[in-house]
Amino acid sequence: MKTDQLINMLSTNLEPVKSGQLGRTLVWALVVSGAAAFCVMLTTVGLRTEAAGLSYLSFLALKLLFTLSLIGMGAALLTRLARPGQGGRRLFTLIFLPFLVVGLAGAVALVLEHPMAWGKMILGMNWVTCLFCIPFFAVVPFVALIWVLRKGAPTDLKRTGAIAGLVAGALGATAYAFHCPDDSIPFIAIWYGAMVALCALIGGLLGPRLLRW
Amino acid sequence: MDVKSSEPELRALMLSGLAGDAAAYRALLEKLSGQLRAYFKGQLNRINRGPVEAEDLVQEALIAVHTRRHTYDSSQLFTPWVYAIARYKFFDYLRRTKVSAKDITISDTEEMTAHDDHGHVESSLDLERLMAEISPKARQAIQYVKLDGLSVSEAATRCGMSESAVKVSVHRGIKALALLIRKEK
Repeated sequence: MKTDQLINMLSTNLEPVKSGQLGRTLVWALVVSGAAAFCVMLTTVGLRTEAAGLSYLSFLALKLLFTLSLIGMGAALLTRLARPGQGGRRLFTLIFLPFLVVGLAGAVALVLEHPMAWGKMILGMNWVTCLFCIPFFAVVPFVALIWVLRKGAPTDLKRTGAIAGLVAGALGATAYAFHCPDDSIPFIAIWYGAMVALCALIGGLLGPRLLRW
Repeated sequence: MDVKSSEPELRALMLSGLAGDAAAYRALLEKLSGQLRAYFKGQLNRINRGPVEAEDLVQEALIAVHTRRHTYDSSQLFTPWVYAIARYKFFDYLRRTKVSAKDITISDTEEMTAHDDHGHVESSLDLERLMAEISPKARQAIQYVKLDGLSVSEAATRCGMSESAVKVSVHRGIKALALLIRKEK
């Protein structure tokens, strides 16, 4: 085939392209898959049952602050990674910040308490559930994000996959926060942090296979 | 045409193309093909591959530019966007053909805009054969709209489909062709 032939074909009856569609699709995917993750949480482990006191609400807010900041930054980063030539390098380094902050806060909380209480603060009542639930709730969001990213043109597939995994993990953690009966900062730092990081790792490994174009 | 095309010129053509200006878009693709050819020839030269492979890559990159044109953010520069696509397609080609990226010297990375090359080599791709492999609906839509140059509404009457169905078929068909071309090599 001659290249002129191809150019002819591509430019004949050219359709105009609407701008900003990729971003809108991404937002929709986040909302719908987030709602799906929430429904999975409701039908499997269910909402937290104990009386909703002030401590419960303030820890829920803390958990959501951590996960939503990751979702916000991650989503902004994905809109860049899906476009060739935009690395979003500054945002990429910023995404480590929530992990750092919650890690430091967790360490401070431990230092302020007697070492006897550490075991309970770290393991809580429910760390095993947390371990399974966050990646499990992240499956639907991850599939949705990959579907959106395949409409784009990511050129760094590992990194794009990792950020997709991170955002999916953070969405899973957001859903889990409404069940999670453990109110301690070290618990959030270790289990939420590790599970979201695990999702990012899996996403990074799958990225080159799933996102190729 | 022999003069090196500048960023503002290419960007203006791209913006018109995105708005649906076919003439500007054709001019853009013609200019890009020259620059892409120079880029791929330069890269392939280092791993001892010839002009036919370069032409394959030029066409693959042009199709990628076309099918992914919605990912260009009009607030950004255009050349880095094209260059990132070309680079991605080149590394994808290396991976597919099992040439290690280590075999290439990165130090003298060539700027895509540095040269222009208007060779008349044919690629190894056979459009008719590729067309035979996509779905009949998409094939017919592409034949009418993209090759015969019928308007979308004319094509719609001939195929007995709605206009939007024709547009969707063309869009899917081009993507299917892009996929086939990638698998060919």
